[in-house]
Amino acid sequence: MKLNLEKMNGCSVIFIQEERIDAHNSGELKEYILHMIEQGEVNIIVQLECVRFIDSSGLGALLSGYKHAAAKSGKLSLACCKPQVLSMFELTRLNRVFEIYADLSEAFENEA
Amino acid sequence: MCNEVIQVDVIIPTQTKYLDLIGSIGEHIAKDLDDFSGDREALAYHLNLVLTEATTNAIKHATLTTPKDTVRITIHIQDNELNIKVYDHGQGFDLETVPLPDFDQPKESGMGLYFIRTLMDSVSYTKQADCNVLEIIKYL
Repeated sequence: MKLNLEKMNGCSVIFIQEERIDAHNSGELKEYILHMIEQGEVNIIVQLECVRFIDSSGLGALLSGYKHAAAKSGKLSLACCKPQVLSMFELTRLNRVFEIYADLSEAFENEA
Repeated sequence: MCNEVIQVDVIIPTQTKYLDLIGSIGEHIAKDLDDFSGDREALAYHLNLVLTEATTNAIKHATLTTPKDTVRITIHIQDNELNIKVYDHGQGFDLETVPLPDFDQPKESGMGLYFIRTLMDSVSYTKQADCNVLEIIKYL
């Protein structure tokens, strides 16, 4: 799983550098996020601009991160979803769970 | 109307690194279909997703029992019917007992079959003598 991590405006922003999140790399993403949370980084924004495909395991990895961050009084939000990726969150009603921002500026306005 | 006949038959090792290949085949087929009047981009994503989810299930089932197994995937299009079959050699499961996801208390797993059922027109899972077959039909 290719990704970059940057601290911006008090948030940990994960820039996913893959076009595809599926069962081949979602386990790695899940572990990465859980490790961050264990290290105390609980205010996380996942930037999904590069991602043009996500499957159920990818949604599951993000949901896992959301739940673990929330358990430590933090939050995992999403930003820059492409329309078809966003439609997967809508189909599973996970758009009611995650805060999904159009871009990072909007995310920082609300989360930082 | 889609008057083309397309037959694809692929056998892969039970490794998730091949999911991209299988999903991409579905995506390319959707994008190249002649005379398809629906939302081509949506169909491309949905075929990619359904093939990815179905193959992931087959790989998981096989890996539990015979790690060096293979998964066979066939895609057949004829007379406006797109038919996908995914063959696994695992213990199999009862499709009818797989519940819908609980949207009020979402879980990290169990969404794959929901996608297949929601996005396609017909899904069945049958146990045959030497394998199990997940058959998925979409009317174009």
